[in-house]
Amino acid sequence: MVAPVVLVIGVIIGYPLVRGVFLSLTDANEANVERNIGVNHLPATYKFTGLDNYQAVLSDGVFWDRLGWTVVWTVGCVSLTFLIGLALANMLNRTLRGRTFYRLALILPWAIPAFISVFTWRMLYNEKNGILNKLLAGGGIDAVPWLNDPTWAKLSVIAVNVWLGVPFMLVALLGGLQSIPGELYEAAEMDGAGAWQRFRNITVPGLRAVSSTVILLSTIWTFNMFPVIFLLTRGGPGDATEILVTYAYRLSFLDSPRNFSESAAWGVLILVLLSVVAVVYRRALRKQGEVW
Amino acid sequence: MTPTSTSRTRTTRTSTPPTGTARTNAARTPRKRNERSSLASAGLHAALALAAVVAVFPPLWLLVTSFKPRNDAFSTSLVTHFTVANYTHVLADTEFLTWFKNSVIIVGLTTVLGVFIAATTGYAVSRFRFPGMRPLMWLLLITQMFPVAVLIVPLYNLLASLGLLNQPAGLVITYLTIAVPFCAWMMKGYFDTIPVEIDESGRVDGLNPFGTFWRLVLPLARPGLAVTGFYTFVTAWAEVAYASAFMTGEENLTLAGGLQTFVNQYTNDWGSMTAAAVIIAVPAALVFAFAQRHLVAGLTAGTTKG
Repeated sequence: MVAPVVLVIGVIIGYPLVRGVFLSLTDANEANVERNIGVNHLPATYKFTGLDNYQAVLSDGVFWDRLGWTVVWTVGCVSLTFLIGLALANMLNRTLRGRTFYRLALILPWAIPAFISVFTWRMLYNEKNGILNKLLAGGGIDAVPWLNDPTWAKLSVIAVNVWLGVPFMLVALLGGLQSIPGELYEAAEMDGAGAWQRFRNITVPGLRAVSSTVILLSTIWTFNMFPVIFLLTRGGPGDATEILVTYAYRLSFLDSPRNFSESAAWGVLILVLLSVVAVVYRRALRKQGEVW
Repeated sequence: MTPTSTSRTRTTRTSTPPTGTARTNAARTPRKRNERSSLASAGLHAALALAAVVAVFPPLWLLVTSFKPRNDAFSTSLVTHFTVANYTHVLADTEFLTWFKNSVIIVGLTTVLGVFIAATTGYAVSRFRFPGMRPLMWLLLITQMFPVAVLIVPLYNLLASLGLLNQPAGLVITYLTIAVPFCAWMMKGYFDTIPVEIDESGRVDGLNPFGTFWRLVLPLARPGLAVTGFYTFVTAWAEVAYASAFMTGEENLTLAGGLQTFVNQYTNDWGSMTAAAVIIAVPAALVFAFAQRHLVAGLTAGTTKG
């Protein structure tokens, strides 16, 4: 019963992972990997180079540039998504007419495949004809180069990712809010606690378990968020919006010659970074007495 | 590593929120807790309405645009000349139906195989103690943070050497690497809630381990199977990176790849793009509508149990 399972997992996950690490230690590229040209079969001719790739990547400014933007992107997206999600969840957690309607409307972005939404946003952002600029023009404001100016492009991709991410936060936090017993709020009110005090002393601790999970998940997802950037800007203009993952993809699939080994080295570095983040985050939570 | 009972109760509570507690509480206390001034009420509605408009506008605009004549794609007005020309064009004159068929085959196979492998894995991890189990569970967990970039090159080389590039089977294998680890975690959580006595009684009645799993435990885990199925479907239906890298040639593309051909550096066929996008979004949205409540519980459960 166990053996086939271990085998399957080993093959579909273990093998690519080990092979990825191995490739990162070689000088493999499009020109020297095993391949077939017509009927001729060419064997692989790449060789083992040790840590050369890592040295090259880490001593090159590109990696640190991309890392800097990736951190800004991740922190910006996750904090905005969380704050907006929290605010909306709190609003929806009250008795309110039209609650179901609001809830359905607010989770709609989640129901649509991300690549569809991203294409839609590209249409809205269109500099000459997009609806956003038309609306601005109606207000007498000059057209904004949403995706063609480095700064605007960065803001635009963050906006789209926040738009995509809020529904998940909202639903998760709403679930968390509803599991906090109402008696706690009543008791606090009896003791004369104001709205802010109730939020700080009941809501925030009550949500800690849910929020620590969703923040970690959303950090990992955002860090690796490929479709938004790839489809919205292709990493452009220049490489202004290129995060680590899209850059690694570019190295092995868009650049010529395809540089498999360096791309693999980027991949391993990304994985290491994420693991460190996850471990540090869990440590920090444990220190606060969190069972998780 | 071992799931704590607290985390399990928390997730079950999340999945069935006690709606209406606020209301009953408010009714019980003499002074209503949720009583607001009308000004605050207006502010609340204004904020929520604004958020709802922001959330709904892009998909709505997509729908509106898809019914406009091609040349009006960027007009700011609502539909002035209603037409389904974009839809007929996409369905009749492009490869869209081929892409749709490719996607359905790939996603369908991935879902069936993924759920089966995830269920057996989850069951094994939940019931048996074997050497290498802890590393296996760690591996499953860590794969949640695999960036595309670590696996994509080795997978590409692997598929190339097996002759599976441009083959549906290639993408199915790839999607399994994304879906299985996570689903296995979710399934483990479900199996943990099924009493071991059921397995034992099956064993007493002469079933082998697989028979016990297949005849007794699996039917009980049906809700879990549904959630993993939904999750796999949604993930595979919306995947872009692997699909763009492994599938080339018009007739081999999936929907994600095909949609990119309408709007790229060279062409700007927004009319076809919007119509195709609507057709792609509808099935996904329907599946999602069934699954969304359970998805959150399942997703957060996967990590709280770490």
